[in-house]
Amino acid sequence: MPAVQLKVVPLPSKYDFEVQLRRHCIDLPPLSIDTLQVNVTKLCNQVCRHCHVDASPARKEILSLDGVAKCLEILDRHPQITKLDITGGAPELHPGFDAFVERAVALGKHVVVRHNLTVQIDGNPQTGENKEYLPQFFARNRVEVISSLPYYQEYFTDAQRGSDAFKKSMEAMQRLNAAGYGIDGSGLVLNLVYNPVGPYLPPAQVGLEADYRRELKNRFGLMFNSLYTITNMPINRFKLHLDKSGQYEAYMEKLLAAFNPAAVEGVMCRGLISVGHDGRIYDCDFNQMLQLQATDAEGKPLSIFDFNFSKALKRRIRFDDHCLGCTAGSGSSCGGATA
Amino acid sequence: MSNYYESEDLKKFGDIGQNAKSLADDFFKYYGDVTGVDGALTKREKALIALAVAHAQKCPYCIDAYTTQCLETGSNPEQMMEAVHVAAVMQAGITLAHSVQMQNHLKQLVL
Repeated sequence: MPAVQLKVVPLPSKYDFEVQLRRHCIDLPPLSIDTLQVNVTKLCNQVCRHCHVDASPARKEILSLDGVAKCLEILDRHPQITKLDITGGAPELHPGFDAFVERAVALGKHVVVRHNLTVQIDGNPQTGENKEYLPQFFARNRVEVISSLPYYQEYFTDAQRGSDAFKKSMEAMQRLNAAGYGIDGSGLVLNLVYNPVGPYLPPAQVGLEADYRRELKNRFGLMFNSLYTITNMPINRFKLHLDKSGQYEAYMEKLLAAFNPAAVEGVMCRGLISVGHDGRIYDCDFNQMLQLQATDAEGKPLSIFDFNFSKALKRRIRFDDHCLGCTAGSGSSCGGATA
Repeated sequence: MSNYYESEDLKKFGDIGQNAKSLADDFFKYYGDVTGVDGALTKREKALIALAVAHAQKCPYCIDAYTTQCLETGSNPEQMMEAVHVAAVMQAGITLAHSVQMQNHLKQLVL
């Protein structure tokens, strides 16, 4: 009797994002590539409970100096890419961080750094290198600073980011304010990011921003420009927490039930590409952490080492269950709510 | 073995339309109009009121639902706990206020 070959067909996911797109007749091709977002390292001084990067003081992945040079070459050759968005981990812990920023600024690019605040105080957890110079360095280079602060009180902030994170964050914000960040008329932009501290959706961005502004000013005399509300993605460390606490299904049901077609248009993957520490290109930082590498129309994986703008722009964005996190409620992108 | 107040049952709230759909539809519209939008009160204020009522009425489903709703509308644990104290002190006050009735009746009974 001949052996029967059984083909294993995975069950369709209950949380298939593309089913939602089809149901609402939405097509989501890339619109542009105006931002090169580069994740330069997974090394971080913190171990946040929601971190989709699984960043920590023990991580060693960094973008090689060749990789940094390649990113700068791409920025130089493509005036369409106007913004460099540097993230991590704590990106300032990359040994070539300062030069990367300075050279991108010299190319006339708008540079954004996703700065966790506490690295100013903690420094490099592996080398002990001091990072107190960062506010002045950012100001000198007119860098836009985007910093996570889960709440304007200690309770939520320390629960998510570790003990003393709130106290250090307030001190770091004072230093940024002293360098001109968040101060009217300085042109130095300090934006804050709110993430929920558990499996629930963010509050309305406008109302929460007003609360942050009032409370941070009244309690600590601190200033900032805008608050971005960002939804926690059900991947990596946050997913592990959801699985352990038996809340993964409930969270996914919540994201699915809150799918908002109006929030879809502005998702980040339509205007940026995300570069990993190994030079591979992804549609976003979340896809990067799931190793969902972007491919061109012929299925060839995209990389900075043989970058072709036209092919990258014509790629088909890769979606998966976690994309429901970007389209739930008021939506969620690198710049906060999308609807 | 059956149990009362299974947390999974919260998902079945929508099923109250069984056998009385039009009444349930009316209720859910009213519910949404009252709690789901900013009005003279913000959604956050309404969520805190609902959290207090949930405690006063001792509804575990509502306590779970409105704890989440309070977080999703930007409240913090201090505000939520204070709302529960409002419910608690109202219940204590209501109990004590009824002692006036006791005193009234006492005066009638005692010669």
